[in-house]
Amino acid sequence: MGWSRKDLVAIRDLDAAEIVMILDTAASLQEIAGRDIKKVPALRGKTVVNLFYEASTRTRTSFEIAGKWLSADVVNFSAGGSSTAKGESFIDTARNIAAMSPDVVVVRHSSSGAAALLARTLDCAVVNAGDGAHEHPTQALLDLLTVRERKGHLDGLSVAIVGDVAHSRVARSNIHGMRKLGLSVTVAGPPTLIPPFVQELGVKVAYRLEDAIRDVDVIMMLRLQHERMTGGLIPSLREYSRTWGLTLDRLRAHARPDVLIMHPGPVNRGIELSPEVADGPYSVILDQVAKGVAVRMAVLYLLGGSKGGDQA
Amino acid sequence: MSLLIRGGRVVDPANDVDGVQDVLLAGDRVERLGHGLSAAGATVIDATGKVVCPGFIDIHVHLREPGHEYKETIASGTRAAAAGGFTAVCCMANTDPVNDNRSVTDYIRARAASEGVVRVYPIGAVSRGLRGEELAELAELAEAGCVAFSDDGRCVMNAALYRRAMEYTLPFGRPLISHAEDHTLSRGAAMHEGVVSTEIGLPGAPAAAEDVMVARDILLAELTGAHVHIAHLSTAGAVRLVREARARGVKVTAEVTPHHLLLTDEAVRSYDPNTRMNPPLRAKRDVEAVLEGLAEGTIDCVATDHAPHAASEKEGEFDRAAAGIVGLETAVSLLLDRLVRPGLLPLSTLVARLSRDPARLLDLPGGSLGPGAPADVTILDLDRELTIEPARFHSRGRNTPFGGWALVGAPWKTIVGGRVAWE
Repeated sequence: MGWSRKDLVAIRDLDAAEIVMILDTAASLQEIAGRDIKKVPALRGKTVVNLFYEASTRTRTSFEIAGKWLSADVVNFSAGGSSTAKGESFIDTARNIAAMSPDVVVVRHSSSGAAALLARTLDCAVVNAGDGAHEHPTQALLDLLTVRERKGHLDGLSVAIVGDVAHSRVARSNIHGMRKLGLSVTVAGPPTLIPPFVQELGVKVAYRLEDAIRDVDVIMMLRLQHERMTGGLIPSLREYSRTWGLTLDRLRAHARPDVLIMHPGPVNRGIELSPEVADGPYSVILDQVAKGVAVRMAVLYLLGGSKGGDQA
Repeated sequence: MSLLIRGGRVVDPANDVDGVQDVLLAGDRVERLGHGLSAAGATVIDATGKVVCPGFIDIHVHLREPGHEYKETIASGTRAAAAGGFTAVCCMANTDPVNDNRSVTDYIRARAASEGVVRVYPIGAVSRGLRGEELAELAELAEAGCVAFSDDGRCVMNAALYRRAMEYTLPFGRPLISHAEDHTLSRGAAMHEGVVSTEIGLPGAPAAAEDVMVARDILLAELTGAHVHIAHLSTAGAVRLVREARARGVKVTAEVTPHHLLLTDEAVRSYDPNTRMNPPLRAKRDVEAVLEGLAEGTIDCVATDHAPHAASEKEGEFDRAAAGIVGLETAVSLLLDRLVRPGLLPLSTLVARLSRDPARLLDLPGGSLGPGAPADVTILDLDRELTIEPARFHSRGRNTPFGGWALVGAPWKTIVGGRVAWE
C-alpha cells in the first residue's frame, strides 16, 4: 500500500498503518545524516516552500535541511520579511505562492486550522508544521520514532505528558498518535493547564507529578510559556517549577530507572526541567532533534515525490 | 386597494385560528377573515395549498447602515427580510456612528421609509458609543422611535450601569435586550469550550460565560422591576435560569437563533469561518434545551441575529474571522424543514414564535390577523423544495454555514402594509 494523501494536516486524520509507513520511511532515510555527502536525488526539481507565520528556528531549519538532503529547492518565507507586514491576508499570500507552482508548502501559523485552510485552498501538498494549539504532526512522528528506536517497540508502552497541555499542539498530536499505536497516555499539570474533557481523547489525567511519572516508560515535558502567568493560569514560575519541575531527585524517587525524558524544545531550563535532567542520561532530547530531520525527509518524500510509479 | 387571499390555511395563533379561510386586506389593515369572502375590485391571491400567517417579525438583525454599507444596507437588508418571509425587523445599534442619539435613529427611520421594503424598528444603544461607561440619551431615543435598548455585540459588564439603565427606562415601557456574555470568562475565545475546542485547539468560552450574565440580568430585573430580554440565548443553563425566573414572576423574556437550534460545536471542526458566531455554537445538550425552551414558551421567539459580513472578513483564519452569519433568507426554510417537518415543533407554535410573540414582547404592531391589524402577511409554501444558494441572496452578506442545504418549505409571498413586498 502506498501513500495516498495530498496533505499532512493532523495525526488525528491518519490511521495506524499510515503513521507506521512514515516512521518506517524515516527510519530508512536517517542513515543519510551519517553520509559524507548528504544528498539523494529523490526530490530533484521539486520546490518546497517553508511558509512560516510564527517564529521558529528549529522546525524551519529541520524542514529546510530535510528538503535539501532530498535535493529539493527549498525557499523560506517568513511572515516578518514579506508582504504580510504590508497587510496582505493569509489567503492572498497563499494564492500568490501557489501561483509560483510549488510542490510542497510547509506551514506554521498561530491560528488553529490554518493548515487545514491552506490544504483546502492549494492544489499542492501541504504539511502542517504547527497550527495554533491544534496539531504539530511531524513533532509527534519524530517523538514516536525516537521512542520506537529506544524501546524497540511502541505497543503497550506508557507515556506521561506533563505541563501546559491546554495550549500544546505537540500534546494533541502525540495523544492521537500514541493512542492509535497502542500506547497509554496520562496528561498531567495544574488543572488550569489541562484542557476540558481531555479524557474523551482516551487519556488519563493526573494532578500530581509523582502520580503521572510513576511506572511510565516515557516522560514528555512540555514548554511553559511565560504568558500563562499573566492569563491567571498559574500564580508564578517559581510555584510552577516547585510543583511541576522535573528534577533529578523526583525522577529517582518516582520514575523507573529506564524512563526516557523527552521535550519538544526549546527547554526552559530550571522551570519544567532541571539542567541535570535535560542533560542527563535519561534525556533523549537531542536524539529527538536528529530524528526530526529524518521524519521530515520522509514526509516530504511521501507527499512531494513523483506520483504514478515513476522512480524519483 | 384591497387584497383577497383566498383558500389558504390560515394559521393565526394570536386569534386561535388554524383552518382554511379567506383573508381580506383593505388598504394597510386586515379587514376580516371568513369563508367565501369576496370584495369588489380586490386583487385576488389564490393561496390554495398554502399557509397564511401574520407577518413574521425578526427582532434581532444587523442592517449595518449607517457606516458599514459594504456589509449590508437598509435597502439590501430589508429585501433579504422580505425574501425570507419577514415583514418587520428590529435593527441593532452597533452601526457607525452608533445609534446612541436621536439623529442616528432619525437617519435609520428615514432611510427605511425611502429604501426599505419591510417595517424597520430601530433599537437604541444602552450606553454611549457602546462603551458601557455612561448611559446614552435613552429618553430621547425612545421618543425618536427606538423600540428597545441594547449594546448588542457587547455585554454591559458594569452591573451598576445596567441597573441604572433598567430603572431609567422603566417609564418608557421599552425593554433592555441583553447580550449576555461575561467578557472576562470569554476573553480570547473563538468557540464554545468543550471536547471539540479541546480537540481542534481553538480557545473556548464556557457556557458559564453566558449563564453568569443571564443570572445577573435576572437578579437586576428582579431588583428594578424592569423587563429584560435575553438576546440569542444559547445554553441549557440559561434556559433553566429563565424558566425559574419566569415562574417567580420576573419580567424576563428570551429569543433563540435558528443556528443555535440546528447546529452544534461539531460544525466547527471544519474550521469554516461561517461556523464562527457569538454566542458560539454550543453542545448537543444545549441545542436540545433551547428547542425545549422554545416549544414550551420559556423562549418567546426566534430571532436570526442576521449579521452580514464581507467575504474577506469570513474567508481566512478561523480565530481572526468576524463572528456572525446572515439569517433572514434561511431562517424560515430551515425551521420548517428541520423542526416542523420532523414533528419537533408544531407549525402553529413556530408561527406564534415568529409573529404573535415577538410582537407582544416589544409591543409592536402586527403579529395578528385580527380585524384592524396591520396588513402584514407571510404566506408559506410547505411543499417547496429548495437548496440554499448564498450567491442568490438579496443580502450583501453571503456568510452562512447552511449553503447547499436541501430543504422543503419556504416563504411564498410577503405582504407588508397590504402590498406584496416579495413573491
